[in-house]
Amino acid sequence: MIIPYLTGSILIAGALFFNQKKLVSKLLVVTFLIMQWGFTVFEIMHKGATTYDYFSTDALAVLLLVTLSIISIPALTHSYEYIYKEKDNPRARGIYYGAMVLLIMSLTAAYLSSHIAVTWIFVEITTLSASALIFHRRNAGSIEATWKYVFVSSISLVFVFIGILFLSIALGKGHEEGMFYEELMVLSPGLNTFWLKMAFIFIFSGYTAKLGLVPMYTAGIDAKDKAPTPAAALFSSVLMNVGFVGFFRFYKVVANTSIHPWTNHVVMIAAFLSIFVATVYMLKVKNIKRMLAYSSIEHMGLIMLGLVAGGIGYYAALLHLILHSFAKSALFLQIGHLYKTFKTKNIYSIGNYFKFNVPGAVFLLLAFIVVTAMPPSGLFISEFYIFKAMFEGGYLFLLIPVLILLTMIIWSLGKNILKMVFIPPVGFDESKVEPVNSLETFSQYLLLGLVIYLGINPPQVFVDLLHEAVQNLTF
Amino acid sequence: MTNILLIVFTISLLYFAIANRLMTYVKILTLQGVILFGVAFIELRELNLLNLIFILLETIIVKALAIPMFMRYVIKKNNITREAEPFVPNFVSLILVTIIIIVTFIISNVINDPHLHKIYFVTALSALFSGLYFISSRKKIITHVICYVVIENGVFILSLAVGNEMPLLINLGVLLDVFVSVFLLGIFINKVGDVTSDGDVAELSKLKD
Repeated sequence: MIIPYLTGSILIAGALFFNQKKLVSKLLVVTFLIMQWGFTVFEIMHKGATTYDYFSTDALAVLLLVTLSIISIPALTHSYEYIYKEKDNPRARGIYYGAMVLLIMSLTAAYLSSHIAVTWIFVEITTLSASALIFHRRNAGSIEATWKYVFVSSISLVFVFIGILFLSIALGKGHEEGMFYEELMVLSPGLNTFWLKMAFIFIFSGYTAKLGLVPMYTAGIDAKDKAPTPAAALFSSVLMNVGFVGFFRFYKVVANTSIHPWTNHVVMIAAFLSIFVATVYMLKVKNIKRMLAYSSIEHMGLIMLGLVAGGIGYYAALLHLILHSFAKSALFLQIGHLYKTFKTKNIYSIGNYFKFNVPGAVFLLLAFIVVTAMPPSGLFISEFYIFKAMFEGGYLFLLIPVLILLTMIIWSLGKNILKMVFIPPVGFDESKVEPVNSLETFSQYLLLGLVIYLGINPPQVFVDLLHEAVQNLTF
Repeated sequence: MTNILLIVFTISLLYFAIANRLMTYVKILTLQGVILFGVAFIELRELNLLNLIFILLETIIVKALAIPMFMRYVIKKNNITREAEPFVPNFVSLILVTIIIIVTFIISNVINDPHLHKIYFVTALSALFSGLYFISSRKKIITHVICYVVIENGVFILSLAVGNEMPLLINLGVLLDVFVSVFLLGIFINKVGDVTSDGDVAELSKLKD
C-alpha cells in the first residue's frame, strides 16, 4: 500500500505544480487529503505489518501518522484562505501546494520507515520540500531564512549520515541487515561501545536540526518565522516529530546497551541548554511567531528530559510530543489571522484583539493556558508526569532550575499574549481592518479541544499505543 | 596506490587553505572528484558492473564534472569577484588545517581499531573538519557551497572506509544529498544575487533576535 501512496502523492504534487486553475488545485488537494486518510486508516488496520521490508507500522508510527493526518486537514484547507487573499500567483500557488503535498508524503514515509538509511532519505526530502515552502514570499527575509534552513539542515543531515557510517563500523562486515531498527535492537548489546557512542553523538546532533534542540536549532526558528502560517503550523509540530522519530528509534537501540547512562547525560545537557536558550530569547523577542518557535524549543527540551528521567517519563514524553503538536499547530494557524488583522508580527504594534476578532481573541487566551501547561490542558498532565519522573529519578538538581526557567517563560508568554488581547496598540489605523471569518477559527478550537480531551480522558486505545511505543525501554 | 591518492587528497586540503581565487577552489573540487574515482575504482574493482557504473556516475560525472561546471556557471552569471575573501590570513588557515590533520592523525592512532583503515579515516575526518573550518572562515556564499562539497567528499571517503561492499542504498543517499544540496543552493545563490549585491553572507544577517 505504501508504493501506491507514494506514487499517488508524487503524481498529485506534480499535477499541482503544473496546474494553473484554482478549481483543479482545490480538487487535487482534497483528493490528496482523502488519500492521506485512506492510507492512514489502512495502516491502522494493518498495525504491526511490514511492507517491502523497509516500512513497518509500529505503535509510534501509528500515533504520529494519525497526528500528521489530523493536522494536515486544517493546514491544507486554511491554505486556500491564506494564499488566495495574499497574492494569487498561479506559479507560486503551484509550488506551494506541490511542496506541501511532498512534505506530508515524506513525513508519512519517514514515520513508517524501519530502516535507518530510509528514514534519513525521507528526512532529506522534507528539507527539500520545506525550503520551497519557506521561499514562498520571495523577499529578502524569506531568501535568508531559506538559505540558512537549507544549509544548516544539509550539514546536520551529513552529520546523521556520518553517524550511520560509524554505526556500520560498529556492526562490522556482513551485517547489512543490522541497519534495520529491529535487527539493531537485537545486535546492539554486543556492539563496540566506542563506535556506538560516536554514532549516537553524530546522529543526535544531526537530528537536532529537525528536533529543535541546542546545537542546530537556529535554522528552524527562521523557517517558522518566514514560512506561510499553515506551513509554519506543520513545521512546529509534525516536522519536529520527524526529528524525534529519527532520534527516538536510535535511542531505543542504545537504551539496550551499556552506554545508556552516558547517552542520557548527553541528551540531558542538550535538553537543559535548549530550555535555557528558549527562556533567554522568549524574554527578549518582539516577534510573536519567533516567540512561539522558541516555545517549541522549550517543549522539545522538556520531552527530552522526560526520556532522560526514564520510568513514567517515557510515556509522558510521547504524550507531551503529541499534545504539543496539536496545541502548537493550532496556535500557529491563529497567528495567521492575527497577521491578517494587524499586518505585522511585532508585539508592540498588535493589541486590542478582542475588538477585531472575538473568537480569535478567546482562542488566544485559551491557547495561552493550554500551551503553558496549566490545567485543564493535557500538557499539564504530561508535564506533571515528566517532573514526577525527574523527581523520582534523582534529577532534582535539574528540576529546580528547569522549573524556575519555565516560570519565566510563562510570565513572558502571558505578558505578551495578554497585551495583544487587551491593550490598544499605538498608532494603529482601525479603518483598514478586514474581518476574519469566524468559521476559520473552528478548526483551531477543535485541535485545542483535542489537547484537553486526550490529556484528561485519554481513550484506552491511545494509552495502549503509547505504552506499546515505549515498552522496550526500561530503566 | 590508494595511499598516494589519499595523501594527494589531503594535500589538496592544504592547497585549499592558501588558494586565493574562487576558480582555484573549483579546480580543487575537480581534482578531488578524480581522486575519489581512483580510490573507489581500486577498492571496488572486483565487484559487479552495476556498482561500477554507479560509482563512475557519482564521482566522475557528478563530483568532477557537473558540480564544478555548475559552480563556474554560477560564478560567471552573478559576476562574483574572483577573490575568495577569507576572514583570516591564508597563513593562519594553513597552520590550522595542518593542526586539524595532525589531530585527526593522533585520534585515529588512539582509536586503534582493527576494522578501520587508518588512512581513510584520517583523510575523511580532516576533510570534514577543514570543510567546517573553511565555511566559518570564508565570506562568500558560493565558497560555503564549495566547502560543503568538500565535506561531502570527506563523507564519501569515510563511506569507502566503512563499507567495502557499499550498499546501494547508502550510495543513493550520497548522490541524493549532493544533488539536493548543490542544485538547491545554486538556485538560491542566483536568487540571493538578485537581492544582495555580491552574494555576501554579511548581507544575510537581518533575521535575528
